[in-house]
Amino acid sequence: MESDRLKTLFKHGAIWAFIVMELIFFSVAGDIFSLSNSAFMDLNNMLLLLKQSAPIGIIAVGMTVIMINGNIDLSVGATYALAGIVMLDAMNWPFMAAMGDGAIPLAWGLALLTGCVLGLINGLIVWKTGVDAFIVTLGAMLGYRGLVFMYNGENPTFHLNWTMVDLAEASILGLQTPAIVFLAVVAIVWLVMTRTVHGRNAYAIGDNREAAVNAGIRVGPHMVINFVLIGGLAALSAVVFYSGSGSVNPNDGMLFELWAITAVVLGGTKLSGGSGTILGTLGGVIAIQLLRKGLGHIGAQSETVNLVIGTILIVVLLLDRQLNRKGAGELRV
Amino acid sequence: MADAALKSLGGTLARQGILIAFVVFMVGFALWNPRFIDPGNLFGVVRSSAILGVMALGVTFVVIGGNLDLSVGSMLSFSAIVVLDLHENPAFGPALAIPAMFAMTLTLGAINGFLIGYLRLNSLIVTLGMLSAIHGLTLTYSGGQNMDIANQTATWFGVFGRGSALGIPIPVLIFAGLAAVLGILLARTPFGRKVYAVGGNGTAATFSGIPRARVVFMTYIISALCVAIAGLIQASRTMGAQNTVGQGMELEVLAAVILGGASLLGGSGTIFKTVIGVLILGFIQNGLLLAGLQFYVQYVVTWIIIILAVWLDIAAKRGKLWSAIA
Repeated sequence: MESDRLKTLFKHGAIWAFIVMELIFFSVAGDIFSLSNSAFMDLNNMLLLLKQSAPIGIIAVGMTVIMINGNIDLSVGATYALAGIVMLDAMNWPFMAAMGDGAIPLAWGLALLTGCVLGLINGLIVWKTGVDAFIVTLGAMLGYRGLVFMYNGENPTFHLNWTMVDLAEASILGLQTPAIVFLAVVAIVWLVMTRTVHGRNAYAIGDNREAAVNAGIRVGPHMVINFVLIGGLAALSAVVFYSGSGSVNPNDGMLFELWAITAVVLGGTKLSGGSGTILGTLGGVIAIQLLRKGLGHIGAQSETVNLVIGTILIVVLLLDRQLNRKGAGELRV
Repeated sequence: MADAALKSLGGTLARQGILIAFVVFMVGFALWNPRFIDPGNLFGVVRSSAILGVMALGVTFVVIGGNLDLSVGSMLSFSAIVVLDLHENPAFGPALAIPAMFAMTLTLGAINGFLIGYLRLNSLIVTLGMLSAIHGLTLTYSGGQNMDIANQTATWFGVFGRGSALGIPIPVLIFAGLAAVLGILLARTPFGRKVYAVGGNGTAATFSGIPRARVVFMTYIISALCVAIAGLIQASRTMGAQNTVGQGMELEVLAAVILGGASLLGGSGTIFKTVIGVLILGFIQNGLLLAGLQFYVQYVVTWIIIILAVWLDIAAKRGKLWSAIA
C-alpha cells in the first residue's frame, strides 16, 4: 500500500524532478563554462520560456486528451497551418478590411471554426468508418496539407495588423499573451479531465472500450468531441502565434504532431490509452523547451537538441517500463 | 448456390480491391490522356517512385511484424549525407564510402531492432525518438551544411541514380530486383512465415517456439538495409543532398504500405501489394500533373484514397459498411 503510493508519487513527480535537474544542470554548467554572463534561472528567461512553449504546448494539451482516449492525431500540424492561413487571409477580405480592428475577433473566430471543422471531419470518419485514428489522421495530415497549399499556392499568406500584434504581445504580470492562453488552456482542460463526466469517460474509453460501451457511454460522439477539441486547440495555437507574426508559410507546422506527441509521452501519458494527466503534459512541454534553451545556454550546437530529445524519449520509455512492469503474470519472452 | 457465388465474388472484389482500383484508375487515365501510357512516361513514374518504393519494401516487413518504423525518413537523410561526405573524403572514395554508409545505417536499424525486439518497447515511440535523434545526428555530422560532390564527371558514383541498363533506369532495376528478392523472402521462406506469425499473434508465436525478439530485430535490419539502398539511389541521383532530404517520407512510405492493404495491427500484407501501393501513389501524382493540376492536389486525393481503401477493407471484413461504435 505504502509502496503503491510512493510509486504513484514517483510517477507523477518524475517529470518535475527532471525539470529541476535540468534547471540545476544548466545553471551550474552555464556558470562553469562561463559561456553566458546571464543567469539561466532568470525570471524573464523563464517567462519567455513559457511563451515559446505555447504553440506546441496548446496542441499537446489536446493531444493528451486524444491519447487518453486511446487515439492519436497526426494532422494537427496541417490544421495549425490552415487555421493560420484562414485567419490572416480573412483579414485581407475587402469587407473585413473595411471593418478595421473590428475584424480581428471575426478572423480569430473563423480560424477556430476552421480548426473545429477539420477536427470534426477526423472525428466523424473515425466514428463512422471504424478506421483506426492513426490511419485517418495520417491521411488527413496529407490531405489538410494539400488544402493548405490549395488555399494560396506555395506563397506565404500575410497580413500585418498592429492592434493584433499588440494583443499578441500584451502582458500581464510579465506573462505574455501566448503564455497566458497556454496556462488557461491547461487549467480548463485539466478541470474538464478531472472534474467532469466527460473527463471520466475519456479515461474509461481509453482503458477498455468494450467495457465503456457496456457501461452505456456513447463512445462515438465522445471521440468526435475530443477530435473537435484538438482541432480547435491547434487553431487556437495558430491564432496565438500568427497574430504576432503576421505571416504563414504553407510548410508551417510540419512535425508539430511529433513534437506534441513527444511532450505528451514525456509527461507520462500512455499510447495505449486510459492513463495520463494534463499537468504531466505541461511538465513534458516545459522540459522540452528547457532543454532547447538550456543547450543553447551552455553553448551546445542547436543541432544536438534533436539528438538529446530523441534519446531522452527512448530512455524515458525504458525507465517507465522498468518501473511499471506488470506482475509476474506477464509472459516473459 | 447463386448466393454463394455472389458472396465469393464479393470476397474476391474486397480482397483484390486495391488491384482493381489500380487497373480502373490506369485505364481511366489512359483513355482520358494517351500521353499517360506512353512508355517513357510510365518508366518516368516508376523511376521517380523507386526511392519511396525501396523504403516501403522494408517497412512492409516491419508492419507485417506488427510494428511501425517512423525513423526511415531521418535515416534516409542520414545515409545520403554520410555517403556523400565519405565520397568526398580522400581516405574513403566511392568504393569504401558505400559499405561504410551501409554499416552505419544498419547500426541504426540494429538499435531500433534491439529496443523494440529484445527490450519490447513501443515501436511508435522508439522510432519517433529515433526520428528526432537521427535527424540531430545528421545535423551534427554535417554541421548543418548541404553535401555535394564537387567533381561530378570524375566519379562513377552516379550510376545508381542516373545510369541505365538495357534501356531501363538502374533505380527501377534495383526496385524491381529488391521487390523480387524480398517478396520471395516474405512469401516463400520460413523466416517470412515467422514474420506473419509474430505480427498476427505474438503470444501464440512465442508459444510455438518462434524467437519473436529475433524476428522483430531482423525486420528492422531489413528496413534499415532498404533505407541504405534508397539513400544510395537518392545521393547518386542528385550528387548532393540537404540534411532534410528524407523529412516527412516516413509517413508517405507508411501511406503506400497501408494503401497496399497491410494492416497496422500486423500479420497481413504482401510485398506485391506494397509495390502496387507505391505505384498508385506515383501514378496519381503523375496523372494529376498531366491533368495540369498542381503537385499538392495529390495530397488531397491521396488522403481520400487511403481512407476509402482502408475503410472498404474493414467493411468487407466485418460485412457492414458502417462501424458498430455506438
